[in-house]
Amino acid sequence: MKINLKINGISKILEVEPGEFLLDVLRRNNYLSVRRGCDNSSCGVCTVLFDNKPVPSCSLLAVKANNHEITTVEGIQEEANKLAKCFGEYGADQCGFCNPSMALTVYALKQENKNATDEEIKEYLVGNLCRCTGYVSQHKAIKKYLGEKNESS
Amino acid sequence: MEVNKFVEAKSISEAYDLIKADRLNKVIGGGAWLKISMKKAKTLISLDNLGLDYIKEELDYIEVGAQTSLRKLETNKSIKSLSSGILSKAINHIMGITIRNIATIGGSIMGKFAFSDLYPVLLVMNVKLTFFKLGEISFEEYIDIPRVNDDILVNIKFKKNDSLGYFKKVSKTALDFAMINMAITTTNNNFKIAIGSKPSIAQLSKSTMKFLNSQDKLDDEKIEKACDLAVEESNINSNVRASKEYREVLIKTYLKRGIKQVIK
Amino acid sequence: MKVVNKKVGSVDGVGIMKGRKAFTDDYADKDSLIIKVKRSPHAFARIKNIDDSKAKALDGIEMVLTYKDFKRISFTRAGQGYPEPSPHDKFVLDKYVRYIGDEVCAVVGSTEEICLKALSLIEVDYEVLEPVLDFEKAIDNKTIIHDEPEAKEMFDIGFKPKKNIAASYHMHIGDVEKTLSECEYTIKETFYTQAQSHVMLEPHAVNTHIDYQERLVIYSSTQTPFHIRRIIAQALEIPMSKIRVIKPRVGGGFGGKQAIHGEMLAAYVTYKTGKPAKLVYTRKEVFESSYSRHPMKFEMALGADKFGKLKVIDCKVLSDTGAYGEHALTVFMVAGSKVLPLYNKVDSVRFSGDVVYTNHTPAGAFRGYGAIQGNFALESAVDILCHKMDMDPIKFRNLNMMKEGETSPIFAIMGEGTEGTPMNMDTCKLQECVEDGKALIDWDNKYPYKDMGDKIKTVGMAIAMQGSGIPLIDMGSATIKLNDDGFYNLMVGATEIGQGSDTVLSQIAAEELNTTIDKVIIYSSDTDLTPFDVGAYASSTTFVSGNAVYKAAKALKTEMLNEAARIFKVDIKQVEFDGEIFKVKNSDKKMTLRDFSNEITYSEEQKQLQVTSSYVGPKSPPPFMAGFIEIDIDKETAEIDIIDYVSVVDCGTTINPMLAKGQVDGAIVQGLGMAMFEDVKLAKNGKLISSDMLNYKIPTRLDINKLTTKFVDSYEKSGPFGAKSVGEIGIDTPPAALANAIENALGVRMTSLPITPEKILQKLKENEK
Repeated sequence: MKINLKINGISKILEVEPGEFLLDVLRRNNYLSVRRGCDNSSCGVCTVLFDNKPVPSCSLLAVKANNHEITTVEGIQEEANKLAKCFGEYGADQCGFCNPSMALTVYALKQENKNATDEEIKEYLVGNLCRCTGYVSQHKAIKKYLGEKNESS
Repeated sequence: MEVNKFVEAKSISEAYDLIKADRLNKVIGGGAWLKISMKKAKTLISLDNLGLDYIKEELDYIEVGAQTSLRKLETNKSIKSLSSGILSKAINHIMGITIRNIATIGGSIMGKFAFSDLYPVLLVMNVKLTFFKLGEISFEEYIDIPRVNDDILVNIKFKKNDSLGYFKKVSKTALDFAMINMAITTTNNNFKIAIGSKPSIAQLSKSTMKFLNSQDKLDDEKIEKACDLAVEESNINSNVRASKEYREVLIKTYLKRGIKQVIK
Repeated sequence: MKVVNKKVGSVDGVGIMKGRKAFTDDYADKDSLIIKVKRSPHAFARIKNIDDSKAKALDGIEMVLTYKDFKRISFTRAGQGYPEPSPHDKFVLDKYVRYIGDEVCAVVGSTEEICLKALSLIEVDYEVLEPVLDFEKAIDNKTIIHDEPEAKEMFDIGFKPKKNIAASYHMHIGDVEKTLSECEYTIKETFYTQAQSHVMLEPHAVNTHIDYQERLVIYSSTQTPFHIRRIIAQALEIPMSKIRVIKPRVGGGFGGKQAIHGEMLAAYVTYKTGKPAKLVYTRKEVFESSYSRHPMKFEMALGADKFGKLKVIDCKVLSDTGAYGEHALTVFMVAGSKVLPLYNKVDSVRFSGDVVYTNHTPAGAFRGYGAIQGNFALESAVDILCHKMDMDPIKFRNLNMMKEGETSPIFAIMGEGTEGTPMNMDTCKLQECVEDGKALIDWDNKYPYKDMGDKIKTVGMAIAMQGSGIPLIDMGSATIKLNDDGFYNLMVGATEIGQGSDTVLSQIAAEELNTTIDKVIIYSSDTDLTPFDVGAYASSTTFVSGNAVYKAAKALKTEMLNEAARIFKVDIKQVEFDGEIFKVKNSDKKMTLRDFSNEITYSEEQKQLQVTSSYVGPKSPPPFMAGFIEIDIDKETAEIDIIDYVSVVDCGTTINPMLAKGQVDGAIVQGLGMAMFEDVKLAKNGKLISSDMLNYKIPTRLDINKLTTKFVDSYEKSGPFGAKSVGEIGIDTPPAALANAIENALGVRMTSLPITPEKILQKLKENEK
């Protein structure tokens, strides 16, 4: 069946199977920054924004995206660039497999709650696992990124 | 996942007719657990376009459409004002935020997952469910009936109250399923207590409630007795997450702390 | 120093964050044949028959592969140098399946859906055999797991397959029994560690195609591209010259990607069909069918004199390598060789035991590589001894631990599968590590515990060491070339797997060439284009590959000076180079690097300046650390809040202090996972229950409060700019530090991992009886 959706602001018509999940459809269509980590929404690596809210694309039926907007990290390049700089400053980037999904989730947090407390940041991101960094440097980098937004807005 | 067809229902009755037509036609809520819970379906029926995504405040209750996401519920001010905000608190403990953005309250209720962090809270909050055919039943009644596969949950009504609430989930890491979860509310010293993930599905601790509600004044000794009663009546068992013995310790400890917190 | 030991951001962080095509599966051909593996439902069985007729008849199925398609060539997937210290006991596909999840056969088709359908249509007739599921009953069991004649050891590793022994080892110094009998204080205890899973976020992935020179190109998410090339060539009898292995960005390895996983099948399919193919493991396959950490049992005995001087360590180990012997001997030996020298003043020491086959998921390389297991046993035993002697554990360590300038006879005796290499500890700042850590955790105010009402606050500590590559075995090399316009290419075989080696190696080159990091363009791990390197394991990259880069940069600089001298028509001694400008001493002759490089590229006596250097370490200087944990324990439920973890590390110079901190922080949290959360659950039939991320729980950001990581001043002369390694050392201390903290608070000794609140309460209850 066909679905109409916007991906990173561009209207698309995609052919999908009724039982297919969004992650598979996105990767098949060359949105390769969306990645598979665990198969059951436990790791956060497949996160995309669905009408600006972070969702696990591995567990979301592709047909559910019909008439909705999907954002991958390709849609927020400038923000990803800013976050990457903050990650660099605190040595928070290691393997980076999860980083595009992290950028999307952090960006969504910024939209929702730019004055998030330490605890709120952790709670918002708890589903985005990282096996490399031990989280602490990431946390500092994310705080810095959220703070930067405050100054400019 | 093997699925022949996906249908966006245009009315609740259309969805209802479809599930009645074939046992392999399935209604999906948010679809968050489809990936692990469903291998095969003839027709998947979506309720997304039926206007069931809302939170409406009425005079003495809050009505929530079945397709409302857990995240929306979690962050809603009216919901946060009920029973010390224990529903928001319980939802906050469910997986990560991405799942809560797609999982719906309706799907969570219909799933009847024994580990659900919502069930103990819904049991102590005076909640009514409205089904398309079955009509309105209390959540307490719903827990006791078998899984409803052939009806459609339309909305959930939370009676407004000024009760105090307590919710506790104990899990290995912040993202794990519960070893136990429990909720307590008290309105004018009238206790409601529910314990879940024992690992069997949540239940009201009725003997414990009866005991507590018949006391004039609660002291440490009586609270201890209540905790023992709760363990006794809770049908606690072992599974991979925790042993029966450890669950008993957790229930006693947190019930005691919970009761003390809500009577403060 | 300008670049080394400075806050330098990673060379690839921005592109990775922005989602650029980077990881193995991003490079898979869109038309790749999909490979799916049918996996054994039995812990041990002989395949009597595979009926694949229905699967083959499916539209879109290209082929079904069974053991009949492969010549019986035994090999090891371990991914080590040649000859491997692991037994050759594996076939691409075999007629025996030896654990639940082992490969039965593979289907190859146009889509995943078709392959899954085909898998369900294959009927396999098994003769189910009695499995060995208790590793303590493996030796001389009536079930023999590797009875096939082709299974062999490459050199003596104590391989006795008829007894289910994959490897065994014994060493002793002095007379252990006699010393024990003379000691004022002795203790004995038995410890168990579990089969931790790596849980790198990128699952194992490979894709293959044939290029226009008719060669086999393998993109693999691997830590060892050169070993992969060799092992595939041997096992599939493909000329090595026909194989190119490219390692793109790797999404975490931790040792899990040292071995070969799907590469063999994908290579075979493409080599046979000429068509591109790919195999990406599901998360369940990563858990169930790759490999885990070796579970071990330690029987420890220690003895000390009346002054608290440690006199003797006795360590008997049993290790479970599962169905295949990958890294069996070497992980086992590291449990001694990178642990026992911590206490180098003993009169007697013994280390012995066996590595046994069982019908479990195989075990293999994993950060820490035996040292974390051994550290848990030894550092727990040391604290038990301290409690018996009523001695502060820090005082005990100060009295007994390794000091700078000292050595241990163990270095000469125990290597990795072979004899070791004697060495002195030219750098060992353990004392400073312990001292600083003690202050940072506020030991004196918190030891042994503080009553906080509902909770008890307590602290615990442990010390650790690791290595820096395998001396005289691990080789790394680097090529640097100067380009016109004055920038450099650095080509290394060293394998960036997310640990930051591309950045660290670029920094080393930039420092020596007196330039900035943006002028050094690094390319790593492509068997056609980069020089040889053993790969990312054994904490070797910064030290071994880093030394190779340093040597290459130094040599290139000399060549550049030579050329400049020719151009200036002066003696080389007259030429100075500051990274940007060549100058003739005491004259105003000068030339920019840009002009210089353009001149030698385009103008006169043109040539390409390029140097390749290699490095093999004559020794493996150990990094050291002290780890301190602060926890609050709930008095009633024994739930644990981790308040802080203080790590004070001596890894020599930190080439990149931020990335070094990242290595330690990440390893500490992975170690805490092993210590507290990562429970491996098996069903009675040997099936792994904790085989997905809903059931195997790694630490989340809500479980970690604070990490205090510090590096002490240290300069290791043999390392590049004074560096030692830092990749593994961080993982070793958390299990023992946690167990020690719990005894300090509650008086119970936890002897098996993970340490859960439930187990603590059980132990408290047992102690009451």
